[in-house]
Amino acid sequence: MKIKRIYSVTVENRSGVLSKVSGLFARRCFNIDSLAVGETDDKLVSNMTIVSSGDERTLEQIEKQLNKKLDVIKVKTFTEQECISRELMLMKVKYNKGNRQEIMEMCELMNASIVDMSLHHMMIQICDTPEKIQLMIRMFKSISIVECARTGTLALQKCLESEGN
Amino acid sequence: MIAADVIVKCLEEEGVTHVFGYPGVAICPFYNSILNSEIKTVLVRTEQNAAHAASGVARMTDRPGVCAVTSGPGATNIITGIATAFADSIPLVVLTGQVNSELLGSDVFQEADITGAVESFVKYSYLVRDAAEIPRIIKEAFYIANSGRKGPVLIDLPIDVQNTPVKSFKYPDSVQLRTYKPTIRGNAVQIKKVVKELNRAKHPIICAGGGVLLARADDELRAFVERHKIPVVSTMMGIGVMPTEDPYYFGMVGNNGKPYANRAMNEADLIIMVGARVADRAISQPDLITRDKVLVHIDVDPAEIGKNAVSSIPLVGDADKVIEELMEQEIDGDYADWVRTLTSYKEAYKPNKYGRKGYVDPAIFVRKLSLAMEDDAVYVADVGQNQIWSCANVQMRSGKFLTSGGMGTMGYSIPAAMGAKIAAPDRQVVAVCGDGSFQMSMMELATCNQHGVPAKIVVIRNGYLGMVREYQHYTYKDNYSVVSLDGSPDLAKLSAAYDFTYLKLAKDKDIDAKIDAFLKEEGSVLMEVIVDPLDLVK
Repeated sequence: MKIKRIYSVTVENRSGVLSKVSGLFARRCFNIDSLAVGETDDKLVSNMTIVSSGDERTLEQIEKQLNKKLDVIKVKTFTEQECISRELMLMKVKYNKGNRQEIMEMCELMNASIVDMSLHHMMIQICDTPEKIQLMIRMFKSISIVECARTGTLALQKCLESEGN
Repeated sequence: MIAADVIVKCLEEEGVTHVFGYPGVAICPFYNSILNSEIKTVLVRTEQNAAHAASGVARMTDRPGVCAVTSGPGATNIITGIATAFADSIPLVVLTGQVNSELLGSDVFQEADITGAVESFVKYSYLVRDAAEIPRIIKEAFYIANSGRKGPVLIDLPIDVQNTPVKSFKYPDSVQLRTYKPTIRGNAVQIKKVVKELNRAKHPIICAGGGVLLARADDELRAFVERHKIPVVSTMMGIGVMPTEDPYYFGMVGNNGKPYANRAMNEADLIIMVGARVADRAISQPDLITRDKVLVHIDVDPAEIGKNAVSSIPLVGDADKVIEELMEQEIDGDYADWVRTLTSYKEAYKPNKYGRKGYVDPAIFVRKLSLAMEDDAVYVADVGQNQIWSCANVQMRSGKFLTSGGMGTMGYSIPAAMGAKIAAPDRQVVAVCGDGSFQMSMMELATCNQHGVPAKIVVIRNGYLGMVREYQHYTYKDNYSVVSLDGSPDLAKLSAAYDFTYLKLAKDKDIDAKIDAFLKEEGSVLMEVIVDPLDLVK
């Protein structure tokens, strides 16, 4: 059975690390549903959020193989329920007088904002859970999406009382 | 002093005695600096063999073998050798020259992105951008290569970095790697579980892999087996862990193994895997074999546990330490009946008969050769039918059996035997290859001559790529495709050209005399053994 899992991987911020990690997934036929990378508060350390899916054994192998990489500092894994996940999407849509109001209402409903505009196009920004992003795309398919770009999922484990000070 | 001098000093600090390689402009600063060192250089005739020779050194000495090759084709040529070492967890430190840092990425002459190309075959790699980092990097490289699950580490050295003037040299005392801390000792709770299972089990079996030898745990394992009288089988890489004639040893498992070894695995109620990957050639259906059994999997690499077979008791640690910990435990299982059963299987086994009249039987040959060899001799088997005949018939005492098990790289035996002989000049080293694998590495005969390494090479000749021919025999009903070795050189003339003593063994009745002459020969010797072209290993 396919299970979804989120890996929050802290890595040394060195050149080539992203290709080593993504290469590992490709080589061992692990899925990458989404991948997001960025620096952390420590500029020597980057964080990768990788969403993958597979059976329990594959998911365990992913964690173990990631841990084997010498540039990997720590691997945390969690299910979707155990973390807060967010994705950012920028979407350019074509509008006309007839649907402008509708678009604005939809943005308000979806908690999205219009960040740029021209006579025929507007750019919408949404930052939400991957499911909401998916829904947003579905809603706007009927309106005409010109292009869109997504960050991939970012996730951190929920704040727990047991985490201590 | 320039950075290349620093590299050489670092190698001296690591106790390196030999560097195998092939120069080119991009590694010339290093090869110039090494002239001022006691470290000996060995010019192989193609870069792949530098890695195999270094592998031979590593397997004899407990220390990483070292190679140095140039950029571009030098670096890409050595990849197969690196991959071979990686598959068998052999520690290597590979230095590659690289084009000038400022030209990196511009596809200039002899530029290859070697750190990128080799990523899936190394434990770690470095592209050195700053000469000041060299001592730290080399210290780390040796530590990484030779600890935990061992393996190759590559250091790519742009020529301008090698030529950078350096004021002083200090080799670090220790490594600081926050991301790398291999587990060495076994977890005490897991150890207790193993003891409980051993007490409960009626039919336990230990399956020993190459990890036991890499951890130098063979003595501990033998002592453990002797104390508790637990039967042992081995994988191909585990050959030599137990003496062949040991009453508790039941041969090599797998599709080319002994039927009684596989039967022992099938009928066991407890399998203790030590330092083995559970790869397809050893255990073809891991899920089937573990369905009704308890599987204890001991490995220094946590990722090996549960990868190919789901284990009931994972036990991460170095085989040496884990067996030592197991030795401290009280175990009161009695497996005498089970050992008797397995012994009866072993005694009932009838070995294959090979060869039509007029050819040498390779099984008898390997058996007699290994029995005539010194107790602690090193038998280096190549890849192909010769490897399977060797595995099935070699008689091990306290010697070593080296082969390319994981990658199955043809041409391994001659350079690896050369490396082994260089590392252990007092030990008898014999390379056994086929006529296919011989022709993949025969250029190294010159290397042996040049560096005064007496080589003993057996070429089992059948005029075919026998292993593939055998596969085509079974799978394609003898429709042979691209397996004939017609056009091969006359080995007598070739031996003469390389100044090797040549022996030809063509009849069973001459086996003893020819082996005797072969082993007595003090200089380099090549023995051609004519086997039936249609012989099969099965």
